Amino acid sequence: MARLNSPEEVENFRQEILSKRDPNMPCISVCVGAGCIASGADEVIEAFKAQIEKEGLSAKVDTKGTGCPGFCERGPVVVIYPEEICYLQVVVEDVPEIVSQTIKENKVVERLLFVDPVTGEKAIHESDISFYKNQERNVLCNNIKIDSKSIDDYLAIGGYSALTKALSQMTDVEVLEEVKKSNLRGRGGAGFPAGRKWEGSRNAPEPIKYVLVNADEGDPGAFMDRALLEGNPHSILEGLILGGYAIGSHEGYFYVRQEYPLAVENINLAIKQAEEYGLLGENILGSGFDFKVFVHQGAGAFVCGESTALMTSLEGRAGEPRPKYIRSNIKGLWNKPTVLNNVETWANVPLIINKGADWFTQIGTESSKGTKIFSLVGKITNTGLVEVPMGMTLKDIIYKIGGGIPNGKKFKAVQTGGPSGGCIPEELLDLEVGFDELTKAGSMMGSGGMIVLDEDTCMVDVARYFINFLTDESCGKCVPCREGLRQMHRILTNITEGKGKEGDIELLEELAETAVEASLCALGKSAPNPFLSTLRYFRDEYEAHIKEKRCPALSCKELISFYIDPAKCKACGICFKKCPAEAIDGGKKKIHIIDQEKCTKCGTCFEVCPSKFGAVTKISGEPVPPPVPEEERMITKKSKEK
Amino acid sequence: MDNDRIDQIIDKHQGEASSLIQVLLEIQTENHWLPKEALERVGEKLQVPLTRIQHIATFYKAFSLVPKGRHEVHICVGTACHVRGATRILDTVEEATGIKPGETDLDLKFSLETVNCLGCCALGPVVEVDGKVHGKMSPVKTAEVLKIYE
Repeated sequence: MARLNSPEEVENFRQEILSKRDPNMPCISVCVGAGCIASGADEVIEAFKAQIEKEGLSAKVDTKGTGCPGFCERGPVVVIYPEEICYLQVVVEDVPEIVSQTIKENKVVERLLFVDPVTGEKAIHESDISFYKNQERNVLCNNIKIDSKSIDDYLAIGGYSALTKALSQMTDVEVLEEVKKSNLRGRGGAGFPAGRKWEGSRNAPEPIKYVLVNADEGDPGAFMDRALLEGNPHSILEGLILGGYAIGSHEGYFYVRQEYPLAVENINLAIKQAEEYGLLGENILGSGFDFKVFVHQGAGAFVCGESTALMTSLEGRAGEPRPKYIRSNIKGLWNKPTVLNNVETWANVPLIINKGADWFTQIGTESSKGTKIFSLVGKITNTGLVEVPMGMTLKDIIYKIGGGIPNGKKFKAVQTGGPSGGCIPEELLDLEVGFDELTKAGSMMGSGGMIVLDEDTCMVDVARYFINFLTDESCGKCVPCREGLRQMHRILTNITEGKGKEGDIELLEELAETAVEASLCALGKSAPNPFLSTLRYFRDEYEAHIKEKRCPALSCKELISFYIDPAKCKACGICFKKCPAEAIDGGKKKIHIIDQEKCTKCGTCFEVCPSKFGAVTKISGEPVPPPVPEEERMITKKSKEK
Repeated sequence: MDNDRIDQIIDKHQGEASSLIQVLLEIQTENHWLPKEALERVGEKLQVPLTRIQHIATFYKAFSLVPKGRHEVHICVGTACHVRGATRILDTVEEATGIKPGETDLDLKFSLETVNCLGCCALGPVVEVDGKVHGKMSPVKTAEVLKIYE
């Protein structure tokens, strides 16, 4: 491939790609994001290729692996174009049927369609699925349309047109002004206006400047950046080049966490392709603008998602944050002005340049513009990535898109903002999502993790879990964070183990206040949030643990016991067979009994007991009833007695 | 791991001290742990004191200063997996292998680690063995998966 030397050449080349493609040619696209691969997408795509070849259809049908459309739970996801028929949870055995029915006969394989959990209706097209229908997918929408390893695919859907537009029609200042006008706020957590950050760096006197992509998506439960990095790497790269152009930087870096090997691979490939096409490197498209991009892998440290720690790590040192008397957009990487934005923020930039700031500001609320991708996970029916306009209520996200809580359970809270975020209870579900709205409710936007918790989740345990996470990830520089969190974790663990005592809550509050006041970086400052927000909304649960030694959610291992209700046990023997601790005493037609001494409380018996019996129950805060006396353990069939 | 291979890796990164983490990552990926001799070689070539290398090798979770087992088991304990029962999966693996997170068994068969999030939250709880992700795990399924590995 020869280098493209001007914006016109890019447009001509795009037309050339399009002219070679037949939009009516059937195309089987299989999601090959990390989620679907875990569910066997690799095998499925190979099976499609083999089947197509076997049937002699290679010239007539295209097969490709695409990026993640976000519905990972129902993966592998297969979409057949041009009809856009969407099949879920496809396995290798389904492949011959799909090829013979859908490809050859144009018929739909009904059993692989999405069934709406509420209405029971089947959805043929992706756009009919309730999970997708209520979303507004501006950033994520292209993932499913392109092979993420093909730059031609990206060009075919209009990729790099923002770059050609900027280089041919806009000055660097105009690009900056457009981003400023769009009021795009950083998607990584703090929500700082990207345009202002850029302007600061642009105006800094130092001639060497850097632009960085924060792809160290450390928040557990958030995976939108992974989906973008794997599924549409060029969109992020295009945003980064535009950023470099706007602030006058000639060097960019991707800082990608090492846990995402596929993302690293795809980004490296995208850079190589863009260099070959002349979209990166020296004198990009004949504009005189030089820009190079490098990839740096993280090595497993959550704190490196923090801006200054990330830069220290990029310099090849241990990632510890530094005080920010001078912002990093003035003095950042190697003490040079550095703009660091999150993956999703960069991916929004080409859209803003292409469609204009006025288009962007139409979406969203007064202070939060555009769309935001959330990862809706936990105890929710439709799990996956959702992109919605800012200002949608939590209720709509959880019920309209997420389909509510599965298994007839009751909603308890939604945890947003990653480990340092907070839990939002049911009474606040009408809250409109936005940077400032979530902060007011005691939580935060964070990177957009949204973990739904149901009645089975213990809120004290949730707080303990996050504090434990942050204790582990604290870099150790500031004492209130390093030592304070450790003590908070101890106290919280005691509470969940039934060893809580009067005064624990007050002590926790004091430790929390100190960490908030006296830590250097956002990790320490926001670390007590999970405790503070759960205490604010679920104080009764803390008190039940401490005063009654009872876990209301029946979740804390040390405070619950498993018990087989003798009136309900039908001696089916399933729990007896499955119990890994051999703690169940059973026998034919004999009421089963759990030996409390041997029980490890793994919950297997509770899970395997057939729901029509429902004999295994959890007990907390009260003693376990004594076992049934041996002579009463035989089950006699009541119907025969009558 | 011999010095020639280490030199190759260092050369690939232009021998710059700022690429120290990248160099160590590559050695870790290939060799599964960082032997002292390898660290000394890296220090020599990159002109970085061994203390700084030690700092990095102990600061970041991806590095191991002890040999690893043939199979690396990573249990995701990210939030989404946690609320769906990751602790019970971890208990099962500990029971089956006899080791705790951070440990390797005496036969060098399994190394066990907990990780914070593998980005497969929709499939939680997930277990990753040698880079292959197994989703929607239960204690029973986990025990079955472990049996596949020799």
